[in-house]
Amino acid sequence: MNGRFLAIAAAALTLLAACLSIARAEPYVWGFQAEQLEYRAGTGDDVAAWDFDAFFGKDELRLVWRSEAEYETGEKNFESLQNQLRLQKPISDFFDAVAGVSVETPDGYKRVHGVLGLHGLAPQWFEIDADLFVSDRPYFRFEAEYEGLITNRLILTPSVEVEVPLVDDRFAGRGAWGPKVEIGARLSYDLVDRAFSPYVGVHYERSFGETANLKRAEGGDADSLFLVVGARLMF
Amino acid sequence: MKSFGLMPAGLLCLGALLAPVTAVQSGEYNLTVDRVQVDTGSFTRSGIGYNGATPGPVLRFEEGEEVTINVTNNLSESTSVHWHGIILPTDQDGVPGISYPGIAPGETFTYRFPIRQSGTYWFHSHTGFQEPDGAYGAIVITPKKREPFRYDRDYVVQLTDAHPHSGDRILRNLKMSADYYNRKQRTLFDFLDDVASKGLDRTLADRAAWGEMRMMPTDIEDLQGFTPLINGKAVSQNWTGLFTPGERVRLRFINSSAMTYFDIRIPGLKLTVVQADGNNVQPVTVDEFRIAVAETFDVIVRPTEDRAYTIFAESMGRTGFARGTLATREGEEADVPELRPAPLLTMADMGMAHEGMDHGSMPGMTHSMPDGTTMKGMDQGSMPGMTHSMPDGTTMKGMDHSAHGGMAMDKPDPFYAPGSGLSPTAAEPGGKFLSYSDLKAQSPLYAERPAGREIELRLTGNMERYIWSINGIKYEDAEPIRLQYGERVRFKFVNETMMTHPMHLHGMWSILDNGNGRWNPIKHVVSVTPGTTVYMETEVDAPGAWAFHCHLSYHADTGMFRKVIVEGGPPEKAAALTGVSGG
Repeated sequence: MNGRFLAIAAAALTLLAACLSIARAEPYVWGFQAEQLEYRAGTGDDVAAWDFDAFFGKDELRLVWRSEAEYETGEKNFESLQNQLRLQKPISDFFDAVAGVSVETPDGYKRVHGVLGLHGLAPQWFEIDADLFVSDRPYFRFEAEYEGLITNRLILTPSVEVEVPLVDDRFAGRGAWGPKVEIGARLSYDLVDRAFSPYVGVHYERSFGETANLKRAEGGDADSLFLVVGARLMF
Repeated sequence: MKSFGLMPAGLLCLGALLAPVTAVQSGEYNLTVDRVQVDTGSFTRSGIGYNGATPGPVLRFEEGEEVTINVTNNLSESTSVHWHGIILPTDQDGVPGISYPGIAPGETFTYRFPIRQSGTYWFHSHTGFQEPDGAYGAIVITPKKREPFRYDRDYVVQLTDAHPHSGDRILRNLKMSADYYNRKQRTLFDFLDDVASKGLDRTLADRAAWGEMRMMPTDIEDLQGFTPLINGKAVSQNWTGLFTPGERVRLRFINSSAMTYFDIRIPGLKLTVVQADGNNVQPVTVDEFRIAVAETFDVIVRPTEDRAYTIFAESMGRTGFARGTLATREGEEADVPELRPAPLLTMADMGMAHEGMDHGSMPGMTHSMPDGTTMKGMDQGSMPGMTHSMPDGTTMKGMDHSAHGGMAMDKPDPFYAPGSGLSPTAAEPGGKFLSYSDLKAQSPLYAERPAGREIELRLTGNMERYIWSINGIKYEDAEPIRLQYGERVRFKFVNETMMTHPMHLHGMWSILDNGNGRWNPIKHVVSVTPGTTVYMETEVDAPGAWAFHCHLSYHADTGMFRKVIVEGGPPEKAAALTGVSGG
């Protein structure tokens, strides 16, 4: 599995290098954005979670390292842990096409997928990610987020994430066509520019169908509600 | 060798009596490029300056002089000095990659060029973000002949927009999130206010129209959070110019900001504009004027009372202001006005050619026919004043027009789109606000003749990605614009973005077509407001390679930039071309 990952990553980097060498003098930019870096306390085990992007590139092409994780602090294990290397290329004024590789290494199983997706800003200011994770155990994930300005620094960010397995992947807790839905609302305050914005919020997860059955079979709940405290980072 | 120290410009009072100089002089000047501390009162940061300070010194030249300027780079990075608005040989223009390779760390580069003009100009680094970081100074050139106006004192009033972040960091933040620095965005409270004043339907329609385009009506200043300065001094540090009541005081306004336009007034005084971009114009008396980035305006004021007057410079987006004082003694102050409310862009500022704009999907929009009649379903009677005609004759309603209620509807400035939210008005009720249309050359430099051809330059960009371009192409991907020595070209600027762009052509004058025919003024910066088309002509009389760009630092750097190559010309003039590396 690791060998396969390395091969895909090497291919992605080669592609990146090839694309970058075409472009000329324009300087590279880099950045780090953590939408979520938080502690969740609620009905189930407490969870430390993150969701961040680190990127490097130019207008025409960016390489993004996206990392998402949920760490159960009681059992000291990763309920989910996913790292992706994604190439993002503009295809319209507001949208990028995404191609990359995803590696999931939570406690209990490993998965490698190719990623094909769209990332961008939809009309009415919705930040959209739509990704198809491709392997013999494919699934689809859609994320949308909206920044509601209460003031220019106090921002309420509702978000929704829906993951739909296309086939059964019992070890990964994914039952075919059984969606897992996450709904959140985070109230943040831009304390230092937009670099450090602490927030409080709620996070609700619910699984449906076969995915819910798998969750219950593990002894978990099909749904859980958390209060969250954390910070958004951008630098 | 002439020397100039760090003496503030204001202490040097040049009387008109000193003006006539006949002998050809040659002066030698020294500039060092140094790391300096910028202290705005509200923050301190490391920056770049000249001769140990930012702003750098005021270079005072005389028309007809042959200047030699030794620039020593004390930085650990490459630098350059561009003499903004000065007509000089191509290899003296100071643009790395176009005029010369730049000045390496520790090196001294010697500029030599004749001064063939007079007036107020400035100089700045053309390397990276050294200019926003503080690398600028003023140039004052005394004319050979007596000037067609009188004054007893003169002061340089150099406006800048010092920012706590370095230029590199600002660009990175803008690329990461184009609205990073926009803290004037409309909030829930603005929404509730609008619902209360305009009703829910119209407020929703307005929000939906902007949301459909993913544009913000508050997007007037890309870069907020700066501290406006006058001659390096913040509001609390209060730059002061002294006068004796009854004297005529010439104020040489220079906007050396990276990104900020200013609306300038001196409550209690009329401003007589006598020069624009260093060139004499027929005097026009106004209450207020807007200065684009990189422009200069010389105004004469005559304070008669024995009291202080505030020089008040509000940023166009009203996110900050600079103030200085004209006083009869040090320490004297006058009232400082409140910032006026921030303007909001309207659909007129979007232009109708904007890419991605889909009329059919814009709620609340209606169209009128080219002859001015409206289509069925549009009820003008019930919404008085709520429709505006667009450049192409279409109108719309449901948009937010409240922010420009004070707009002079009777005599709109033709250099703004009809219904533009940016259209300026004087703070003084009924006061006169300077328009480009008011500028008439005092004595035209060039004979009037038709241009041989027209070159269209669409000013384009992608706000969300923070990419700026000309004709949709960034500098790095663009071919140079080729001009022929001796021709006269007509440039057509079509602003398809919602930002205002101060376009600056190096090496040759920009003859602004403001409808005054042979009295069209010559400038070095032509500001093009959103949704408008502006023409300028250029007598191509300077062989070589020149830069042509938007003078907003972060627009120029991200691609709204072109190289201009003037082909042909006298061999002795063109000789300087050889050895110049391409951009």
